[in-house]
This record gives sequence, C-alpha cells and structure tokens, in this order.
Amino acid sequence: MAEQTEIRTAPPAAAPPSRPAKPDSAVIRDALGVGVAVGLSGFAFGVTSAGAGLGLLQTCALSLLVFTGASQFALVGALAAGGNPFTAAAGAFFLGARNAFYGLRLSAVLGYRARIRPLAAHWIIDETSAVALAQPDRRTARLGFTVTGLTLYTLWNLTTLVGALGAGALGDTDAWGLDAAAPAVFVALLAPMLKDGVERAAAGLAVVLVMVTLPLLPTGVPVLVSALAAPAVLLVQGRRERAGAARRGAGRAAAAAAPSAPRDTTAGPRDAAGEDRA
Amino acid sequence: MTVWIAIAVTAAGCYLVKYLGLSAPAGVLERPLVKRLAALLPVALLAALTAQQTFGDGPHLVLDAKAAGVAAAAVALALRAPFLLVIGVAVAVTAGVRALGG
Repeated sequence: MAEQTEIRTAPPAAAPPSRPAKPDSAVIRDALGVGVAVGLSGFAFGVTSAGAGLGLLQTCALSLLVFTGASQFALVGALAAGGNPFTAAAGAFFLGARNAFYGLRLSAVLGYRARIRPLAAHWIIDETSAVALAQPDRRTARLGFTVTGLTLYTLWNLTTLVGALGAGALGDTDAWGLDAAAPAVFVALLAPMLKDGVERAAAGLAVVLVMVTLPLLPTGVPVLVSALAAPAVLLVQGRRERAGAARRGAGRAAAAAAPSAPRDTTAGPRDAAGEDRA
Repeated sequence: MTVWIAIAVTAAGCYLVKYLGLSAPAGVLERPLVKRLAALLPVALLAALTAQQTFGDGPHLVLDAKAAGVAAAAVALALRAPFLLVIGVAVAVTAGVRALGG
C-alpha cells in the first residue's frame, strides 16, 4: 500500500554516488528503510480491516495473498459499505493493475528465470519496484528487490495480524479516529502522482464523478464510474493536441505529433479540460 | 462467504496482473496510450476513494471529523512528513475533533 513512501525514499538510492559499484550495504540500507517504514503501516490495514467487519483470518489472508496495500484498503472499504463482492474486487483489481507495468520493467532488470518468476511476481509492488529500479546493475537490483520484498512482506503481515488483534481491544475504532487511516493512506499515495495538469484533471473529475454518483448508484459502483475520468481526460487531451497540431500546420506537426505527443505530457495538457471542472 | 469470494477474486486478479507483467514479452504493454492510461487509472481511483471514504456515509455525503483528519494529513504531506506520520496525524486529528464533539 504505502506505495508512496518508496517514491520519496527512492531518490537517495536513485542517485548513487558510486554509480558503477554500489556497495551491498548501501543497497540493503535503502531496502530496509523502505521495507520497515511501509511494512509497519500494515498495522493501519489490520485495524481498518477488522473495523470493517472482516474476521482475523480474512484480514490476514488479504495481506498474505493480495499483498498490494491500496487494493487491500479499497476492498475492505467497499465491503464495509456493503458492496457486492465482485464490484468491490473490481475496484481493488483496477488499482492493482499498475503492478503489471512494474513487472514489465522489472523483468528486464532482474532477469529471473521462468522458475523463479511465479515467486518473485508476488512481491512486485510500488516499493520493491522503486528500490530495484533505482539500482545500477542486475546484481544490486536483485538484492534490493529481495531485501525490500522480504522485509516488507514479513512486517506487513505481522503488523496486519497485530492490528487486527488490537482492533478488538480498542473497541470502537471510530472513536480512535482509525476510520481516517484509509483515506489518509489514499491521499498519501495520490499526492506524489499529481505531477501536472493531466493528473490533476483526472483526479478532480474522478472526485466529481464519485460525489455525484454516490447517492444514485449501488455501493461500490461510483468508484468504478470514477475510473472513467482517466480515459476521458486522455481523450480530451488527445483532441486538443490534434487540434493544436492541425492549427500549427499539417506537414511539420503530423510528423512530430504522433511519436512525441504521448510522451510529452506537458505540451497540451497544461490547460487540460478537467482543471476548470475540478 | 461473500467476503471470501471477494478476497479470492481480488487475490487471484492482483497476482495474475503481477505475473503477467513480469512474464509478458517486452513491448506488449509498451504502447504509449496503454502506459498513460495505466498511469492515470490509479490517480482517478485513489482520488475517488479518498473522496468516498472521507465524505461518504453509505449512500450519503457527510462532513464530519474525518474530513478534518484527512485535511490535516494533506497538510502533513505538503510539509513532507513521512508516510507513517501522515496516517498518524489523520487518525489523531479525527479522534481529537470527535472527542471535542465534532
């Protein structure tokens, strides 16, 4: 879950002073820093999940088997609200889909054999990807991935257990303000993603969509509807870029727009449509 | 039972996307539009989830202590507080406002 933290923690690792040969101890230190900080936040998940009415076994099964925090928080939130299990799972799944793209980048960097891949796959989350991708070579990338994965997986599951057990002792978790943990996790994950106009437009439009549809649609569906903000913003942005390109003149723009448009997120999107709506 | 179904479906789905990413031949998911959609989808979902869990009470919209807690978390984030502290601030402020009768 805490997929944010590593993004903040990664830069030190990303700019290693000793580029060619980074000492193992430095890799391990980076990996432990991320693994411990984020691993401990499993406590918040354990408490939230138990507070949402999930049993101890169910809560621990989620951390053991799903092991991607934002999806776990989203799922228990949707279930607590009384959502249909498939709608709830869909929201969690879409959030987890980004891990496929980490895997894609990691497969070249880590170069694991087919036999190892099914095991390594389970640990592919924001934090492990950030640490592994920040290393200068394959050996240190594997070391960073393994140490982060092992630390985070162990701690996340232990603290999930402690949180779920502790929730019972706390009694009314709302009185302790623990129902604010999940939205705070989401904000912390979201903040570093709001880099420019396109992201902000998508976020703003998603908020509007979920607030408008919340009273109207069955539980869990509003969040899925809000996901449409992503293709909608891309569509508007694409139209603007095409219109801009056409205005600038066919020949030069046609050649430039196709390959560069998708990469250049700051070109047209700065004035992206959603911004005023948001 | 419903909960277990949701857990099983989520676990299977989330594992599958991780494994597919790691095993897919390079280039399959490399199309610019696919990558941009993949980057933007979590943004939309996280924003919606934040709003829903902050202001949603079942099908109703409410403004209560949780909003103060999440706002405090946003301030902590702006001040570059570490992840755990951000969550701690949200929880503490929410509990505090509630204790004061908010």
